Amino acid sequence: MSEYLAVLLFAVAGIGIVLITFGISRLLRPHNPYPEKNVTYECAEETVGPSWIQFNNRFYIFALIFVIFDVEAIFLFPWAVAFGQLGLFALVEVTLFLMILFFGLFYAWKKGVLKWV
Amino acid sequence: MIDYVSALSIDFGLIVPEITVLVTSFVVMMLACSKKVSSWSSTVTLVGYVLALWFTTRQWGHQGSGFADMVTCDNFGIVFKAIFIVASIIVVFLGHRYLRVKGLHRGEYYALMLVSTLGMMVMANSSDLIVLFLGLEIMSVPLYVMAGMYRRSLESNEAGIKYFFMGAFSTAFLLLGIAFIFGASGTTNLRSIVTDFSYIANSFPVYLYAGVALILIGFGFKVGTVPFHTWVPDVYQGAPTPVTAFFSVAPKAAGFAALLRVFVYGFSEVTILSDVFWVLAVLTMTVGNLLALRQDNVKRMLAYSSISHAGYILVALVVGGADAVAAAIFYLVAYTMFNLGGFGVVTLLETRSGCKSEFNELRGLSKTNPYLTATLALFMFALSGFPPTVGFIGKFYIFSAAMQSGFVWLTVIGVMNSFVSVYYYLRVIKTSFFDEAEGTPVPAVLSPTIIIALVITAVGTLGLGLFPQQLLQLSQAAIFGMP
Amino acid sequence: MSEYLFLIPLLPLIGFLINGLLLGRLPRPVITIIACGSVALSLILSVMLFVELKSLPVDSRVIEQTLLPWISSGDFSVNIGFLLDPLSAVMILVVTGVGFLIHVYSVGYMAHDPGYGRFFAYLNLFTFAMLTLVLADNYLLMFVGWEGVGLCSYLLIGFWYHKKSASDAGKKAFIVNRIGDFGFLIGLFIIFWNVGSLEFDVVMKQAPLVFAAGGALITTACLMLFLGATGKSAQIPLYVWLPDAMEGPTPVSALIHAATMVTAGVYMIARSSSLFVLAPDALMVIAIIGACTALFAATIGLAQNDIKRVLAYSTVSQLGYMFLACGVAAFSAGIFHLMTHAFFKALLFLGAGSVIHAMSDEQDMRNMGGLKKHLPITFMTMFVATLAISGIPGFSGFFSKDEILWKAFSSDHGHVIFWVIGVATAGLTAFYMFRLIYLTFYGNERMSDEAKHHLHESPKSMTVPLMVLAVLSLVGGLVGMPHIFGVTNYFEEWLGPVMAGAHEPVSHALASGGGDASMEWLLMGLSVALVAVCIFLAYYFYRKNLKATTSLAEKLSGLRTLLVNKYYVDEVYGALVVRPTVYFSVFLWKIIDVIVIDGCINGMARLGGDISDTLRHSQSGRLRNYATIFAAGVVVLVAYFVFG
Repeated sequence: MSEYLAVLLFAVAGIGIVLITFGISRLLRPHNPYPEKNVTYECAEETVGPSWIQFNNRFYIFALIFVIFDVEAIFLFPWAVAFGQLGLFALVEVTLFLMILFFGLFYAWKKGVLKWV
Repeated sequence: MIDYVSALSIDFGLIVPEITVLVTSFVVMMLACSKKVSSWSSTVTLVGYVLALWFTTRQWGHQGSGFADMVTCDNFGIVFKAIFIVASIIVVFLGHRYLRVKGLHRGEYYALMLVSTLGMMVMANSSDLIVLFLGLEIMSVPLYVMAGMYRRSLESNEAGIKYFFMGAFSTAFLLLGIAFIFGASGTTNLRSIVTDFSYIANSFPVYLYAGVALILIGFGFKVGTVPFHTWVPDVYQGAPTPVTAFFSVAPKAAGFAALLRVFVYGFSEVTILSDVFWVLAVLTMTVGNLLALRQDNVKRMLAYSSISHAGYILVALVVGGADAVAAAIFYLVAYTMFNLGGFGVVTLLETRSGCKSEFNELRGLSKTNPYLTATLALFMFALSGFPPTVGFIGKFYIFSAAMQSGFVWLTVIGVMNSFVSVYYYLRVIKTSFFDEAEGTPVPAVLSPTIIIALVITAVGTLGLGLFPQQLLQLSQAAIFGMP
Repeated sequence: MSEYLFLIPLLPLIGFLINGLLLGRLPRPVITIIACGSVALSLILSVMLFVELKSLPVDSRVIEQTLLPWISSGDFSVNIGFLLDPLSAVMILVVTGVGFLIHVYSVGYMAHDPGYGRFFAYLNLFTFAMLTLVLADNYLLMFVGWEGVGLCSYLLIGFWYHKKSASDAGKKAFIVNRIGDFGFLIGLFIIFWNVGSLEFDVVMKQAPLVFAAGGALITTACLMLFLGATGKSAQIPLYVWLPDAMEGPTPVSALIHAATMVTAGVYMIARSSSLFVLAPDALMVIAIIGACTALFAATIGLAQNDIKRVLAYSTVSQLGYMFLACGVAAFSAGIFHLMTHAFFKALLFLGAGSVIHAMSDEQDMRNMGGLKKHLPITFMTMFVATLAISGIPGFSGFFSKDEILWKAFSSDHGHVIFWVIGVATAGLTAFYMFRLIYLTFYGNERMSDEAKHHLHESPKSMTVPLMVLAVLSLVGGLVGMPHIFGVTNYFEEWLGPVMAGAHEPVSHALASGGGDASMEWLLMGLSVALVAVCIFLAYYFYRKNLKATTSLAEKLSGLRTLLVNKYYVDEVYGALVVRPTVYFSVFLWKIIDVIVIDGCINGMARLGGDISDTLRHSQSGRLRNYATIFAAGVVVLVAYFVFG
């Protein structure tokens, strides 16, 4: 029963906090609507065209390839910190891991993904 | 210096087949980089699979666990790994010509298939929920890509996207379930969960049961259990046919490997599981069969049929126990044979230009390709469970296991369902044998590779039906290797 | 050597697979070599294994080979295994030996047939099935062979399937055999239910312990097995298919419908002899049915004009002899007659085939005559066979028939009436066989001029098998001479260990030459005398004084019509069984099936279809709907797990 009580309290508190903050801001803010306030926020620049436009899909591929380095970094840092204690076996494993990642990069490179035509 | 190699019991001997498949996938990926050698990729893939199968069979009887108990190598997993590899080999043969005709014969296809197989093998080989999840993802991500591989076909793109979204959706639930279990038990290892089950069940029942339900949903999605089956028809119909053949067998078997291991071994003491599986099995076989009745596309019909077959196998999960597991393994092997055979014929017919596997295209087939039509009829008889095919024996073992445990109504519903299924399977036979074609029918051109695939599956379908004993003994020996 | 036992049935199967799968692709000589070669190899293996079996001590003459477990479900388990004992050794020798000769003969006989490859594929399949039947070590595998030979029989009777009568005859054989198989299966169920196994050695050992001798259970089981035998071996009341089966090519009639398949029922009963001796009532039924069939079919044979039909009824009659022998518990005598009959009846059929071949497919004996000088080899060999079947002393048929007659008289289960019927049948047999010889080979040449022009002796491939079979018909009986001749009956001794009731005191008393010996001499003399008289009658009516025949036929026209029309049995069956069945099935079809069942089924199907259509709307193709269904499933499932 106590578990459910905790969940209930969490829910009540969560909803309550949102309601309270909105309520406070409503009490405090001035009420002054004018049309420019409904314009898309774009750092004070006038927006051009609709927002549903096609992006060049090469951006996605670059983003995906970036993931290679991302993952690499995540695993390299902990290894680098404990490198002294882990010894040769870990070095070999990390090397294998890096090779697999570079292998992916190599594939992308051979497929001509890295060229911006 | 920490001796973590022995502390974590790292033993690469346990994962030699997996390593083989992984290395093969790298090699194939490398071949795909160059136009000159990319045509070798199918051969290299086959070699890799055969090697992996060899290593897998060598593991038989040598069970052990390692990698901090995350990998468990037992006969149960080994049989499943063999099923995945054999199914993949058949799919390689079966798809070769289709892919060439459709311009899809690229190294990436094989590399993706290998990686997906690797994921399945990881799933079958582990008794840790996290590793199961890892395997599931390694298996699924290539599948999403394979479904959408036929880029010029809108249906294929649709299939890829739908599968991806629904897959991501279900994965979220699976992961949440694992998190709940971890929260309740402090471990993701099935063996620890089994040991401490009564403590966990008494301390954190809500998290435990919610976790079990969510894990069930996650794996149920992969095998196409109603109501998590909605993706199956669209994806099966849209994906390139050899890929569909692969989908209908290998990931399904992997899903069942996980379901059997997690629920028959891991959560065997959750008593309401049997009732839940009862409902799911009945729903799955009935909805699958009923929806298959009115289909005009053979591929879509086979998609619904694969849902109903999943329902039959779920019966084994209702029953639980060693006999039911053996029956499920037997059925999966049988299903691999005749379902791949059925898809093989469909694949072959689709290599004719302009064909989309509509029922109408089967008309007059017996005139142009009599032997092929006879083979198709064999597979349809097996799918509907006629003796002397292995389809009959498989259903017989499943339902006799259910009867022995007293699930009379489940058996009755199952048998009635297989009667219903006869209608749409025989419709294939009727259309291809007795309906006259409009205009001159185009004969299907056989290629050596597809003949190999069809011969393997036909011999399996008939041979295992006539002599089921060896396979039954094998599946009875495929027990969980965990104390 | 014994480890090659499985090859005996396997080789013809391989032949079948090669010829059957590459139908029409192979050149004819290759088909011939594969088909005949596979059976020849089986024959050689059979002989070698026979020799090996003979070298074993008498009490352990058994070679068993279990190939693989076949079915195992709960308490029920059956292996695919073969059993070679003296009984099956005799059978495989007959099947492969006669089978091989008929294969060779068919090379000549079927030379001009477009279905050459198909024919040999079927023949090989048949040989495989028949060898499986006789080598099986359990009833179920035997039943597989039993059904297999039935299937081949069906395929081969209807071999010329464009002829309606041929395909009808095939269907008739199949359907009539189904009735018998039904009985066979019930018999097997009873045995399995009580003994718990279908292995021959287990059943034979357990049967005396499980079944009360003479009890209702064992009697029912045996009668059901016998019902199966009447179907396959063409006994009353299920014999009607065999004469029609003559629509098949003649080598088929020789192999399947004379020498091997139709004797499967006799083999099955001999194999189950330990069961049958426990059921004296069933034995009596068998003896009565056998004796009646023998006499009944022989009388029909008197008035048939189609050369093959005479032989067909003769086969039915001779099979009746074998059952008579089994019925008086003289199983080895039955098997002995089975063997000699295989020789001379195969020879008669092949000879008839040679005649038909020469006569450009004419089968009516009224259009033959005087063929002796055109077909000398055929005549000589057929004459030998006729002497054998008539029971002329010295020929094989004499020894086997005499043994049956003596056992019918002297056995514990025998009776003097059986002997009388048997002797009468022997006389009739001699009469109609010599009638056949005189009508076919002697007298005026009654065929058309065109047919006369084509008359020729058959090629070597046909005449050599005839000559081999003639030698066998002549000497084949010497292995089983009666004790009163002062020699050992090798055949009976050979089969002794496997036959129940083989060591009954009667035969031992005879061996010592007791008072019964003179009785046996007397009975033998009587039967030989009757046969001689009948031969003379045939000579008188069909050679010497043809007018007498006509006038006799006029006087006995009523009887003659009855005989020509085969006692109207087909018509009676038509009226009693077929037509009511048809009416009943029309009723079932029109009322029960169309209205009641179809109504229900169509209703169910429509319901299923409607549900299917409704459910299809859930499969909209929209991802968000799919996700909604999924999410609903998640909610229900999680709620059930958490709160349930």
